[in-house]
Amino acid sequence: MMDVPVSWYLILAVTLFGIGTVGVLTRRNLLVVLMSLEIMLNGVNLAILAFARHHGDAQGQAAVFIVMAVAAAEVAVGLALAIALFRHEGSVDLDRATRMKG
Amino acid sequence: MTAEFVVFWILAVASVAGALAVVLPPFGRNPLHAAIALLITFTCLAGLMVLLSAHLVAVLQILVYAGAVMVLFTFVVMMLNLRRQDLAGFRITAWKVVGVIALVALSVKIGILLVAGLSGFDNVSASAPITNDFGGIRTVGRSLLTTYLVPFEATSLLLLVAIVGALIVARRRDGGAS
Repeated sequence: MMDVPVSWYLILAVTLFGIGTVGVLTRRNLLVVLMSLEIMLNGVNLAILAFARHHGDAQGQAAVFIVMAVAAAEVAVGLALAIALFRHEGSVDLDRATRMKG
Repeated sequence: MTAEFVVFWILAVASVAGALAVVLPPFGRNPLHAAIALLITFTCLAGLMVLLSAHLVAVLQILVYAGAVMVLFTFVVMMLNLRRQDLAGFRITAWKVVGVIALVALSVKIGILLVAGLSGFDNVSASAPITNDFGGIRTVGRSLLTTYLVPFEATSLLLLVAIVGALIVARRRDGGAS
């Protein structure tokens, strides 16, 4: 029925989450930071689905559904912030966005 | 090595390669290239979700991530019209040092997981048997509209707030009326 063990999926999920973390912490471009956040969320989704498959319980997939909706909302607001930042500073470089106001 | 192992390895390697291409500076310097690499990762993850019998979630992954989110990203990248000097330049900052430390710490964590934590999950026969309907619209929709009804409705409210918030944040302030 299922040939690949669940632990392999979990290791892949942790790997994707780690790659996304490094991207969020190291990149300066706001757009790439948002993409790295998406990678982190996808890693978490994969882990939830692996556990749902392991326990044979489809409720975890409902949780993934909600995580996806939250991720879509986060991207919409984040890209709106990127546009506002670009209008204000002339770039999406996070190192230049040092002021809260003005 | 059955076909499932082969498909898993292809999809896993491709998704990790796409994620690395987003994050690492030589590839991800151009945001549009990073968006294409992210599309590869999303598509491969949808395939992995099918392997986990989560068919509805896999379709949603394609629709929401590979469709809507990627269109948003590419649209914003083209709309911002970044100049070449905005994309160039690579400095060693404190955050990058923190990022490397985080990478090392996560690698250690993965190693610990490999050695000890996953001993209960590496046995295929330990996974619960599933019915044919597992991961279909019927089972997932039923739990969404019964057990998770309140989070489901809260999600719709969140999406409304996100739409209004995005419009307010991104509106043109020097444009007068709007």
